[in-house]
Amino acid sequence: MIVKGRIWKFGDNIDTDIIIPAKYLAHTDPKVLGEHCMEPLAPNFPKEVRAGDIIVSGSNFGCGSSREHAPLAIAALGIPLIVAKTFARIFYRNAFNKGLALLEADIYDLVKDGDEIEVDISTGIIRCGENKVEAKPIPPFMVDLINEGGLINYLKKKLEG
Amino acid sequence: MGMTITEKILAAHADKERVEPGEILDCRIDLALANDITAPLSLEEFEKVGAKAVFDPDKVVFVLDHFTPNKDILSAENCKRIREFSRKHGIVNFFEGGECGIEHALLPEKGLVVAGDLVIGADSHTCTYGALGAFSTGMGSTDVTYGMVTGRTWLKVPESIKFHCYGKWRKWVTGKELILHILGMIGVDGALYSAMEYSGEAIAALSMDSRFSIANMAIEAGGKNGIFPVDDRTISYMKEHATRPYKVYASDDDAKYSQEYEIDASKVGFSVACPSLPSNVRDAGELSAIDVDQVVIGSCTNGRLEDLEMAAAILAGKKVSKGLRCIVIPATPAIYGEAMRRGYFQTFLDAGCIISPPTCGPCLGGHMGILAKGERAVATTNRNFIGRMGHPESEVYLAGPAVAAATAIKGRIARPEEVL
Repeated sequence: MIVKGRIWKFGDNIDTDIIIPAKYLAHTDPKVLGEHCMEPLAPNFPKEVRAGDIIVSGSNFGCGSSREHAPLAIAALGIPLIVAKTFARIFYRNAFNKGLALLEADIYDLVKDGDEIEVDISTGIIRCGENKVEAKPIPPFMVDLINEGGLINYLKKKLEG
Repeated sequence: MGMTITEKILAAHADKERVEPGEILDCRIDLALANDITAPLSLEEFEKVGAKAVFDPDKVVFVLDHFTPNKDILSAENCKRIREFSRKHGIVNFFEGGECGIEHALLPEKGLVVAGDLVIGADSHTCTYGALGAFSTGMGSTDVTYGMVTGRTWLKVPESIKFHCYGKWRKWVTGKELILHILGMIGVDGALYSAMEYSGEAIAALSMDSRFSIANMAIEAGGKNGIFPVDDRTISYMKEHATRPYKVYASDDDAKYSQEYEIDASKVGFSVACPSLPSNVRDAGELSAIDVDQVVIGSCTNGRLEDLEMAAAILAGKKVSKGLRCIVIPATPAIYGEAMRRGYFQTFLDAGCIISPPTCGPCLGGHMGILAKGERAVATTNRNFIGRMGHPESEVYLAGPAVAAATAIKGRIARPEEVL
């Protein structure tokens, strides 16, 4: 699967309180969560981001809380993919469970806000300008889970089977 | 090659003789937990998959602790939904109202977690139960739904990092100062995906309350779990609180660690994490110019009896600085009752503190003590991210209970010696 999109850069240690502040956590509607995504750091982000845009970040993206509202908020804005140097553990599982793809690659210093990059999610090949970077492969176990349609579909099949 | 305590617990729950770091396991769980923020999403997924029942109504726990007593209509609706689900499915361990405490203080106190257990929870601080020699870790709501329905979860065996602590603790220094000290050493991703294992004479000297504080903040270093050896103190805690059988696992002498740190307890001072990362640690003595508007003494990290005891000892006969709000939040009804019986409440009231019912409340900027633009708090909580306790331009400094209480008296960041 190839995605091509304009990028938004966010630095290191983007925590879940930035991605979606706790004051909105009584909401479960992804649309409402999306409207407040990244609010403490970039209040205009939800208005300016376009479906198909890609987030590029540094290390430890998604650190902090286990709130699944975080990947829900990002996915609700139509963002298909985050490329970061590393991801926090709980966010990593949550994103895949919510249909948001993540790739680990250190491209932060190779790109600037608004650049367009092309990413083959299945091979992990990222093309940004002149550079071609290979992301760390998604663990085979996660690939199997994605191929099953995610954890919930896997569970559904198991219960129906 | 031997195995670590974490590897042994995971192996036992996957019915395997031995496991290696990096291996993916399908494990049995002993408990699945969610709260009033995360359970609503879990229940949505539960309905989506068409599940008819939870795997075991005794092993699914809901604690309505975050936005309660209900802070607004949406929070009330969420709690109502969880209450109705709990009734329908016969959930035994559903906690709300006067039975409710902050989940990670409440579950050990209720004896719901014992040594050797494997616990998953839709709350990142689920790692707290490692203090009991259990494996516990935070996950998202969807993963917890899977656990609620099947009684199982998938886990990658983490590498283990050993923190060996020796020497004697300085007066007023607790587990909180140690974990902040460690965060300062290794950073907020210093234990990414890893188990943080503690050992040594200085660890053995720590109270259970201090051990809970340390295990609680493993997630702040990116850790998967924090874990302690089981000793006489752990066993007497479990005997007092639990009726379930426990199983003691211990790391082998030749277990493999990805990193090992030696920490001299006597060198751990009054660690304070400055905005806006828990790893941005300085000594309280270097921060005496920092004026403070609010002090919070509470949370799943530091709302236990030892914390209140220390705060009361420092605040006794003193007054909270004029213009500063000092909010004390006992973490559970039992802690609340004991603090009252011991006379801490009178001390807090005389000093001019506010005493809150058990709730996560201000820790995550929920309610019961939100900061205005430009305001600054010292809190015994676990996170000081941008806007964590309120306005994006407010600030949180993380500290232990003694520094928090001394700060409340001085109106600026202070060490306990300055007020005693």
